[in-house]
Amino acid sequence: MDLWGISYAISDILMHIVYWIFSGLLGLLPDPLGGFFDGIGLWFVSPGVIAFITMLLEALIVIIVALLNVIILIWVERKVLARIMDSRGPFYVGPLGFFQNIADGAKLFVKQIIIPKKADKFGYQIAPIIFVGSSLLILAAIPLSADFAVKDATGATIPGGILFAFAVFAIAPFSILVAGWSENNKYTLIGGMRSAAQMMSYEIPMLLTVASVFLLVGSFSFGDVVNAQQNIWFGIPLFLGLILFIACMIAEVERIPFDLPEAEAELVEGWTTEYCGMRFGFFMFTEYLRGYAGCGIATALFLGGWIGPDFLPGEIWFLIKAYIVFVVFVFIRGALPRIRTDQILDLGWKRLLPLAVLNLLIAATFKILGWF
Amino acid sequence: MAEMWINMGPQHPMTHGLWNLRIKVDGEVITDAMPEIGYLHRGMEKIFENKTYVQIGPLTDRLCYGSSFTWNHLYCMTVEKLMGLEIPERAKWIRVMAIELQRIASHLMWLAAYAADLGLLTGFVWAMRDREIFLDLLQALSGSRLTYNYARIGGVAADLPPDFERDCLRAVDYFERKLKEHENLYNGSKIFKMRTVGIGILKREEAINLGVTGPTLRGSNAKIDIRKDQPYEVYDEIDFEVACHTDCDCWARYIVRMTEMKESCKIIRQTLQKMPKGPVRVKTPMLAPSGDAIGVVEDPRGEGMMYLIGDGTDRPYRLKVRSPLFVTLSAAKSMLLGYKVADVVAIMGSIDVCMGETDR
Repeated sequence: MDLWGISYAISDILMHIVYWIFSGLLGLLPDPLGGFFDGIGLWFVSPGVIAFITMLLEALIVIIVALLNVIILIWVERKVLARIMDSRGPFYVGPLGFFQNIADGAKLFVKQIIIPKKADKFGYQIAPIIFVGSSLLILAAIPLSADFAVKDATGATIPGGILFAFAVFAIAPFSILVAGWSENNKYTLIGGMRSAAQMMSYEIPMLLTVASVFLLVGSFSFGDVVNAQQNIWFGIPLFLGLILFIACMIAEVERIPFDLPEAEAELVEGWTTEYCGMRFGFFMFTEYLRGYAGCGIATALFLGGWIGPDFLPGEIWFLIKAYIVFVVFVFIRGALPRIRTDQILDLGWKRLLPLAVLNLLIAATFKILGWF
Repeated sequence: MAEMWINMGPQHPMTHGLWNLRIKVDGEVITDAMPEIGYLHRGMEKIFENKTYVQIGPLTDRLCYGSSFTWNHLYCMTVEKLMGLEIPERAKWIRVMAIELQRIASHLMWLAAYAADLGLLTGFVWAMRDREIFLDLLQALSGSRLTYNYARIGGVAADLPPDFERDCLRAVDYFERKLKEHENLYNGSKIFKMRTVGIGILKREEAINLGVTGPTLRGSNAKIDIRKDQPYEVYDEIDFEVACHTDCDCWARYIVRMTEMKESCKIIRQTLQKMPKGPVRVKTPMLAPSGDAIGVVEDPRGEGMMYLIGDGTDRPYRLKVRSPLFVTLSAAKSMLLGYKVADVVAIMGSIDVCMGETDR
């Protein structure tokens, strides 16, 4: 499946429909400007416009695929978590409760949107946009297969895709801080501050772990990293790195045990306290979106990405691996209580960072020995 | 960040009821704390003065939603003391059994709430699942799930239902098996230890000075249990250990409650073995004599006491309820100072707050 090819074909069809409407149908009318509609029609099928609309369609395809996956992931989490808890999870809406998410979304959608009187309006309204937008942007960089990736017209993927993904990943704590500050509530403020504090602890070990992969591959591109794992997944020689990466990724996507900014027991959902209706829905949804992105990155970096036996297409292999990583996330959520702010800093600086350096040394050793 | 006061409550997931914990934080460190209660005040003690002795019975169930039978039993025991009644031997054994069933249910509810406080929803669901079995047993006894009104002045409302011994033994066997699962979930969890060990320290002297009782006191290295020290009903004929831990922190209180649940299982087994046959209730007079009586029991949350003054009519002149948590909450400040905001839930959760009896 070639993403560029698909979106190009769709846009081509669209262009022809538009051209037909403008020059074919409107051309029949008396035209005071003389060939004006012909001109617009021709402009629509010019290569620049086609490329632009193709790009938009590509983005749409990426987002739709991601959102579908997120809906499935939420269902998977609910079902798996419920089985851990000795219950059944959603059951009534749709087959095996699959449409429970839709019902929840509809419920949030019809709720009134309230802005607190003393909130900072600008910050309050911009924070969800940054949070959701930056999280969607991560997906642009993550390819599901060699073909299913955002490319330019020449067929080249983003050269620094992994760096781009992590850079965009790190924007969210900023929006959380903005949200927590602008809501003018003590709980949200503490939640926002916690998010900033938490970021300091996990970003460095995580990037060091990723650096070990870069060291083995010598490239920042997802495609190169995955192709370098044809013989052996990096998760096997760099098993320590895989564990570290998953731990840091749980902190990055703010799931239990590292969901400090929205600790519901002590901070009453923390930084999302004052958000209601679909804004809150978007936050919840985006957290799973980030979870999906995190699982995708872990799959691409350590679990061989779309590499797998040929009887299934690469995209399916990628998703299967990403889902398995997500189920690991869910198991961890089901088994562990929430950690404390100072403890996550301790953990980040005293445990994860030395281990990440050790992992980097292991990777360097492999590189020196010439195994990769 | 400057210091600021935060109201944790009256509606806050941490409170497990309706009270307000005002804490002063410097960043995330607590520098001052002030529990405020009274949001659930229902004027129970005044209502008691205007009801007959029989009518008060169901009301005492409402003192604590977590362990209503203990309070119901305490009331009946106090009235029996005032009236000078001797209740049948079998009724005493049934009461002890029901108290221990109630203690397990109450501790399981605490465990569920504590797990949810710390963000461990699995523990919440598991504990609630196992609590259901004990609620079922108590329902079989009394016909109701939460407010039993099973103890009556002069005995208990009814004899055991058919096959109750069998069901009860099965439940205890099942629960002892499941308790190991619970312990695996918590004891083996590094993060649970990080959240509880060394948190909320309340020294033995301080706990005794503040009047703290129950598992909180026993977690502070004081082996004080009314069931052993002033045995009521038939506790003096029962062989059990008083749980006690030397660490004085949240972990110690957790261990104490888990051990108490095991001991309760032992007690239930013994009551089922030793329970004699016979009547379960005696006729009681309508009027109580003038005079006063004190009943003291070991509630799952601490030392429950009732002081009853009768004036020769069918209504009490005064019925004072001594709530364990009313006193324990006053220790909030000394437990909280110097810890983080995130520790508030761990510390206040560990004393098992129940507002019904605190505000009365």
